[in-house]
Parts: sequence; C-alpha cells; structure tokens
Amino acid sequence: MRRIQMTVDGRAHVAEVEPRLLLLHHLRENLGIGGVHAGCNTTSCGACTVHLDGESVKSCTVLAVQADGHEVTTVRGIMDNGLWHPMQQAFHEAHGLQCGYCTPGMIMASISLLKEKPNATEQEIREGLEGNLCRCTGYENIVKAVQLVQQHSNGQAQPAS
Amino acid sequence: MTEAPEKFVGGGVPRKEDPALVTGRANWTDNIKLPGMLHATLLRSPYAHARITSIDTSVAKEQPGVVAVFTGDDLAEEYDKNPQANPAAVTGYDLSLEERSNGGASVTETGDNTGGETVDEKTRTFVAWIVTEDLKVPNHWPIARGEVNFAGDIVAVVVATDRYKAQDALEFIDVEYEPMDVVTDLEEAVASGSPLVHENLGSNEAYTWNLDTGDIEDAFSNAALTVKERYIQQRLIPNAIETRGIVANPDPINGGYTLYSSTQVPHILKAVLSAYCGIPEQRLRIVAPDVGGGFGSKLNAYSEEVIGLVLARKLGVPIKWIEDRSENYLATIHGRGQVQDIEVAADSEGRIQGMRVKLLADMGAYLQVNTPGIPLLGAFMYPGVYTFPAYSFECTGVFTNKTPTDAYRGAGRPEAAFAIERIMDALARETGLDPAEVRRRNFYEPFDEPTTTPAGIQYDSGNYQMTLDRVLELADYEGLRAEQQRRRESGDPVQLGIGFSTYTEICGLAPSQVLAALGAGGAGWEMAKVQMLASGKVEVITGTTPHGQGHVTSWSQIAADALGVDVDDVEVLHGDTAIAPYGRDTYGSRSLPVGGVAVHLAAQKVVDKAKKIAAHMLEAAEGDIEFEGGTFSVVGSPDQNVTMQRVAGAAYLADNLPEGMEPVLSEEYFFDPPNFTFPFGAHICVTEVDTETGFVKIRDYFGVDDCGPVINPTIVDGQLHGGIAQGVAQALYEEAVYDEDGNLTTGSMVDYLIPGAPELPNYTLERTVTPSPSNALGVKGVGEAGTIGAPPAVINSIVDALSPYGITHIDMPASPWKVWQAIQDSQGRDPGTRDADRSGRPSQATDSATSMDPEAGSTNPDAPTGGDRT
Ligand code: FES
Ligand code: FES
Repeated sequence: MRRIQMTVDGRAHVAEVEPRLLLLHHLRENLGIGGVHAGCNTTSCGACTVHLDGESVKSCTVLAVQADGHEVTTVRGIMDNGLWHPMQQAFHEAHGLQCGYCTPGMIMASISLLKEKPNATEQEIREGLEGNLCRCTGYENIVKAVQLVQQHSNGQAQPAS
Repeated sequence: MTEAPEKFVGGGVPRKEDPALVTGRANWTDNIKLPGMLHATLLRSPYAHARITSIDTSVAKEQPGVVAVFTGDDLAEEYDKNPQANPAAVTGYDLSLEERSNGGASVTETGDNTGGETVDEKTRTFVAWIVTEDLKVPNHWPIARGEVNFAGDIVAVVVATDRYKAQDALEFIDVEYEPMDVVTDLEEAVASGSPLVHENLGSNEAYTWNLDTGDIEDAFSNAALTVKERYIQQRLIPNAIETRGIVANPDPINGGYTLYSSTQVPHILKAVLSAYCGIPEQRLRIVAPDVGGGFGSKLNAYSEEVIGLVLARKLGVPIKWIEDRSENYLATIHGRGQVQDIEVAADSEGRIQGMRVKLLADMGAYLQVNTPGIPLLGAFMYPGVYTFPAYSFECTGVFTNKTPTDAYRGAGRPEAAFAIERIMDALARETGLDPAEVRRRNFYEPFDEPTTTPAGIQYDSGNYQMTLDRVLELADYEGLRAEQQRRRESGDPVQLGIGFSTYTEICGLAPSQVLAALGAGGAGWEMAKVQMLASGKVEVITGTTPHGQGHVTSWSQIAADALGVDVDDVEVLHGDTAIAPYGRDTYGSRSLPVGGVAVHLAAQKVVDKAKKIAAHMLEAAEGDIEFEGGTFSVVGSPDQNVTMQRVAGAAYLADNLPEGMEPVLSEEYFFDPPNFTFPFGAHICVTEVDTETGFVKIRDYFGVDDCGPVINPTIVDGQLHGGIAQGVAQALYEEAVYDEDGNLTTGSMVDYLIPGAPELPNYTLERTVTPSPSNALGVKGVGEAGTIGAPPAVINSIVDALSPYGITHIDMPASPWKVWQAIQDSQGRDPGTRDADRSGRPSQATDSATSMDPEAGSTNPDAPTGGDRT
C-alpha cells in the first residue's frame, strides 16, 4: 500500500492505495466520484477522461500513484460556483448527448481540444476527439457543441477548469 | 391567469435529462454501493466447445478477500428454490418458460449438459419467443455444467470483498477441459456430418419458419427476368458504452429482492427472472437506474442476472457484478449473422412479380429471450416499399459455437431492408433503368389507410414517392450524375458513387394478439399513468424505459399539451417496477407509438374527469364546458373559468366534488395498438471511392424520413444521426470475426472498429409527415430508421462508383482492403492473400493497401463495363 495525496476538483485527498490501482478506480471507488465513467478500462473509449494538471488523460491509463502530488479535474470540477462550464452548456444546447455515458469524458476531451487549438476546424475537432467513442449521437451534434463554444468565445480558448 | 401556455409538441424543447448527465451526477448501476455488498467476477470458458472434466476451486477459495467460489454444479439446486410460489409458472402469464418450453418437443433429457450427476427433467432457458411448436430449446445453465458451448460461457463465479480481489482469485480456479469439435459457419452447421453444438438436440437446426403468399411458382415461371443474389449479414457487437451490470439486494423484511440492472426491459426481466429463479413476482423489484445505451443488447435476461439473484439469496448480502468490456464482447448478445438468398422475378418493365427469400440465421450457442424471433421481425419486411403478387420466405435458425445473437438496433429489419434495397439495384442493372426509376415503378400509390402487403400484413400509411422526390432534389441528383460522368470520363482515380435506399420498417411493437400469433411471449401494450398532485403539478408514470431516447422530455411535452400546463410542471417517472408495476419496456421503436400515445390517452382521461369537476365548480352543465390552453370555461361566458391546476387541487381536497365521484385526478391507460406503424424514408449516400487504395469516403449523406408527426425534432434528428452512424458502421467498419476454433478475434475495442468522429459524415436531413392511423397521435417511431436505411445506401453507393469495373457487389464491411481487392479481381489481377481482413481504419488501411501492390495505381476506371462480373 502506498500513501498518496492529490487535489481532486479543488479538494485535497489523502489515501492509502495499492500501487496497481487505476486512477479511474481511485476516483470512483475511494473518492466516490461517479461522474468519471468506465467504458473499457483499456484506453480505448475515452469515457474516463479527466484533466491531470490541466491536460486531458484517460484515467484508466494512469495509476493512482502516478497522480500522487498532482491536480485532477473531473466533469464535476469544471463548474464555476454552480454555473455550468460553457462546454457543458453547449453539449446541452446542441443535443450532443443521448444516454450521456460518454459525455463527461467527451466534455473533458473537448475542453482540452479547444485549449490546444482554439480555432480547430471541423476536421480537426473530429480528429481531436478520435479517442472518445460515442455510440449514440453519430458525433455530428458533439462537433456542433464544440463549435458553439468556439463561436461564443470568439475563437478564444476556454479555461481548462 | 388564463393566458394560454405555449404548445410543446413539435418544438425542440431542450432535454430535461441533460443536467444530471453533463455534470456527472447520473445514477449508473456501477455507482450503486450498498452496505455489506460483495463483488462477483466470472470465469469464462476459453474454449468454444469442450467438456469440463474437472474444476478445482479450493485454492481460489483461500485467496485474500474471497468469500465464496461456486461452479455450475454447486449452484444447480439454487435456481428454483420455490417454483410453486411463482405466479408466472402457475398462471401461464407472459413468459411462462416452464410450461412453454416443455410443451413442445424440446424437453431435454439430462444428457451431456448436466455433468451426468443430477437427473433433471426441466429445460432451463431464457427464451420467450417460441417461434414454432417444434423449436429446439437447448438447456441453458447460468453457469455451465459438464459442457461449454461458446468461448465466454460461464464456468465459475468468485465472490469477494472487492472487485480487484475477486478478479485475482479467478486465476486460481483450475479447470480441465476436453476440447470438442467446433462449428462456427452457418452452412457447415446445417450440412450433414457437422459437429453438433448440442448433441442431445440431434441437429443444429433450431427451427424452420415459412411464410408464403400468392402463386410464387407462377410468378417465377412467367417472369421476363429474374435476379438472384446472396448477401451476408455479418455479426455485429452492439457496444453500448456503458457495459452491463447488476446489484442484487435481498430485502429481509419481505423476503424478496431488488435487482438494479443496466437493462432496457425491467418488466420483461422481472417476468423472466421470477420464473427462472422461482422468486414470486410480487417480491421481485427491478430497477433500471440511468442506463448508458442499449441498442437491443440490454433487451434481455442474462445468466449474470440470475447468478446475482441466486447469490444474494444464498449469501444474504447485496451482490454486485459489473461487466468488463472484454466480457461485453464475449457474453452480451451479438446482432445480425445471416446468410440471405434472395431472388426476384420481374416483367420486362422492371415490375416485380414475385420474391423468394431463404435465410440461414445464426442463433449462436443458446437461445436468449428473443433470439429465434429476430429473423421473423424481418420476414414481413423483405418486400419493403414495393407491392407485388407473390412472396415466399423461409428461415432456418442455426446453432453455432458462438455468442448468442438477439436484437441489435433494427433487429431483423436492417437485414431485410439491405436485401431488398440491394436487389433493387441489381434489378436496375438488369433492366438498364435508373435505380430511382426502378424503385418508383414498384412503389405503392400513396395511401393513408391500412394496405395489405405481399407479406400479408397491413402497412398503416405511406407516401414513398414524396420522400424519394424530395431526396433527389435535396441531393441534386442530376448534378451528382453529371459529376460522376465527368470523373469517369477523365479517369479520375477517385470515383463518385450515388447509392439509394428507400426503406420502410415495422415499428410500434405491438398488437398483443399479433405477438401471440407469432409465438412471442408477452403482451405488446403499454401503460401510462398521469397523476395531478395537490399543487397542480403533474407526474407521468410510464412503462417505457428510456436509456438515451429522451422520453422524460418527450412525454412531458405530450402531457403538458394535453393538460395545458407548462412542460416544467411535469415529471416523468420510469424504470422501477415499484413505481411502474406495469410496462412492456423500450425496444423496437415502440416507445412513442405505444407508450407516448398511452401518455396522451391517460392525460385525456384526466381532462375528461377534470371537466366534470370544473362543471360542478362553475355550476354549469358539463356539455357547456370547453377546455382550452389549460383552462375550463363556460361556452359563451369565458369569464366563468377555472384552471386545470385549481381543478386538480379541488379534486385532491375532495370537499366539493360531484356526487359519488372518486377524489384525485389520477388516470391510467393501457394502450394496445390495433396495428404496427411503418415509418419510411429515402436516403442517398454519396461516396468518393479511391480506386487506388480502396478507401471509401462518405462525402454526403441525405435523408428524407417520415415518422409521422414529430414530438421533439431535436431528439428525432439525434435518433437519426445515431441510427445512420450505426448503419454506416455496419456497411464500412464493423464485424465480429471468429476463427475456426471459435475464438472471437475481434474481442476488444482495438480489434473491433467502432467508428469515431473522423470516420463519420455529417447528415443532411429533412422530413415529410404522413400520419399513422394506428394511434391517436399519428406517430410512428424513429429509433431504428437510420440503422435500417443506411447500410444499403452505403453499399449501393460504393457499387455504383465501381460499376464501370463490372463490380456488382461488395460484402459488408466494405473495408479498403475488400474494395481494393474487388477492383484487382475485376482487372484479372491476383491481389494476393491476407490472413484476416481487419483493415477498417482508413489511415492504417490506406497505407497497407497501397504498399501491397505498387501497380494498383495504374487502374483505369474506364475499364470494362458489364460482363466481367465476379
Ligand atoms: S475506460 Fe478509460 S478509455 Fe475506456
Ligand atoms: S451519448 Fe451515449 S455513448 Fe455518447
């Protein structure tokens, strides 16, 4: 067992964990963050995407001990005083979700995408989200959601968290 | 106060479901934690067919955190602890498995499935759709006994204090297998001398089902021309992004159980599990929490659900099982898996005179709830939007040593639409007619009341010309053909393809009597209850179980309009058999045309009763009261009025009601539809096919769909997007591949190509509106339209692009490798061989294809037309 400390959605957490524990499971099982979803546990679907120090990562690809001393942001941590992040608002407005299971990961990946490439073209948005699978929407409305945020921010990047 | 509220039906009301979902606060099954809960993991067979000669669980039992380990034999006595108390078995209601499966010729002698120890005369099965009297029903133990029949069959279960420990312990179970002969190919399975999946059944043929209308021999012998084709419907893996999962919780107070399950069908699940596990129905509660997609894969009752309940009963604590993605590939049902032989006879003008269809349908190793019935949903739909005098259909269900099949989005209808829409293009080729023209010649005249089809059912309403005309305009068909011609003439290595699909589908499942006639276990009605609370707010209870379809929003719109209240004043409750004891669940694009209509009708009942109370309150005759915009008023004196909310309050307080009236405004409606609904549409897929690499790009996708009046256009468009995406996925990317030993070689998201955002196009969609006479709202359903319409449009498009090569067919998925190979074949070149065709992702495939044959680039697209067919 190893003792680790990390800040998750602005709160510090200390825990004793097995070295093999995935960050995904640490967030879900130990910290009770049900908004980080497991779809494959093998880095394929993107449902588990969170930000690690502001960069998007698949939390099933990171061990909890690797996140020791780092800052993790989940979809629950991107709201500002209870107000939705523009990307959350845009997914709602553009009907970028149906069952919603891919959605938290998709939102986190999209925020990161625009941080890196605020003026991403449609093709770049599609390619930027390649690691996140959605079985419901056919992606068109997800792409539209990202474009909505681009329009609202006049090409400026959204804050990552 | 009397200001009329807006109408909500037809508007793109933003989804009420979204706030919890976008903020990560949904309640998924895997989020449920109960005190004392233990975790189960399952050991699965690595063999597709083998005898289990021994299992040693002793070391596994010693592992840290392990509470128990059970084999199939260990649990054999646990399934029907209390069968006499089970009302399903007693009344023959619904899915009375015992009676039905033992009623036919399917009684299994104990044979080789029981390990030779226990003599057991009951066939354990999940199947509820007994398609023929002599359906062969294999014994289906939740945990295999004696023999495993597909790679993924459960062999043992570990229960431990956490999931990691339970997973670790699986490694310590020692199983010895004696491999048996495996059969995976459908034609091989029905050939004589084939290995048998279930030896005691004596054959791999589960059933043969026929449908014949008109004089088929006459149609073929007098035909000017006939066209015969064979199509392969590859197996598909549904891949809901949330895998399955359960939490089974014993209730010490009533001795019953609550099962939380990521299911589409809590009510069907309740009936099946009650019968299977001998839990009296009134003591079994099923809760479908938020469910992360289903697509038919959660329209079932699974071994894991039985195991969870039985363990909760045996151990007296909550049991959780969450499916791994790798298990999801192996053990959740697959879809499609058919060999289709289809033949049409036509006159010299291209008018169809008759059609013959012969199917082999892959059942997999066992029968799940609807497995044998899926091809029957297609049986009625092969004639499509075309009318002709004679039709003959035959389907044989075939056991193989593979994962069981069942409903995957479209379930039988995409297969039918693909076959008819592909052969219409073949007919166009044979007659020299334009594909749009040959379709038009065979359409029904527009109709708005039930019209008998070649398959002997009645389409509700249709106007196929209208959708075709509109999509031709939308796509600029003439412009596309001109561009295609230019590219052909200039020898452009990238050729343009234009593919049609004018589909119809059968939705709104279903009239209960029809279901019964087809042997389907269970009724087809749907229930809605509309209750007005003391405050005038509204609760709608529905028997449908949404998992992405947005019923909470759409049902709120329907109820709000009927009651004249704000959409935000309505809450929709679903997915819990304690809240909605009656329901027939969500599948087959039935929810709106059956369940949504029930909401409307229940709300009408509320209005009818409220009107009597309003008349009493306004001291007027009921006949003088009109209801408009949420307000009851006296005809001719609009100042005398009372709102729906005030009536609701008065009904609740019950101090001034008409003589003898029951208090409260709360009404239930059970809607059993008189007929199915038949949405339809016309799609055009425009592809660019790179003849040097075989890479197919969907440049545009046009769809004009008609699902009757639309409740929420945003949601309907979303359903079409997702449906078309899954149809494109079948056409271009996805296939469950088995090797000859029965190993699933596409058993992960890396090997099975679910398209991502870069692989899919944008969709250009429009609608026409042809109301259905089958229900009060005229609605038809839309959940599967795209999945049904898209595959033939895509393949027709690719074949159209390559027609100058004499290419007349490409099997799905049309990967770059397959397309490139077809081009090479057409040129008489030897394309070489490759072990497995897994070249779906464009980037990888483009590279590998070009490097394979440097000469490929010299292909002349103007080369042979006609003749050179392969
Ligand atoms: S769960 Fe991490 S990528 Fe699928
Ligand atoms: S919304 Fe269901 S998987 Fe994306």
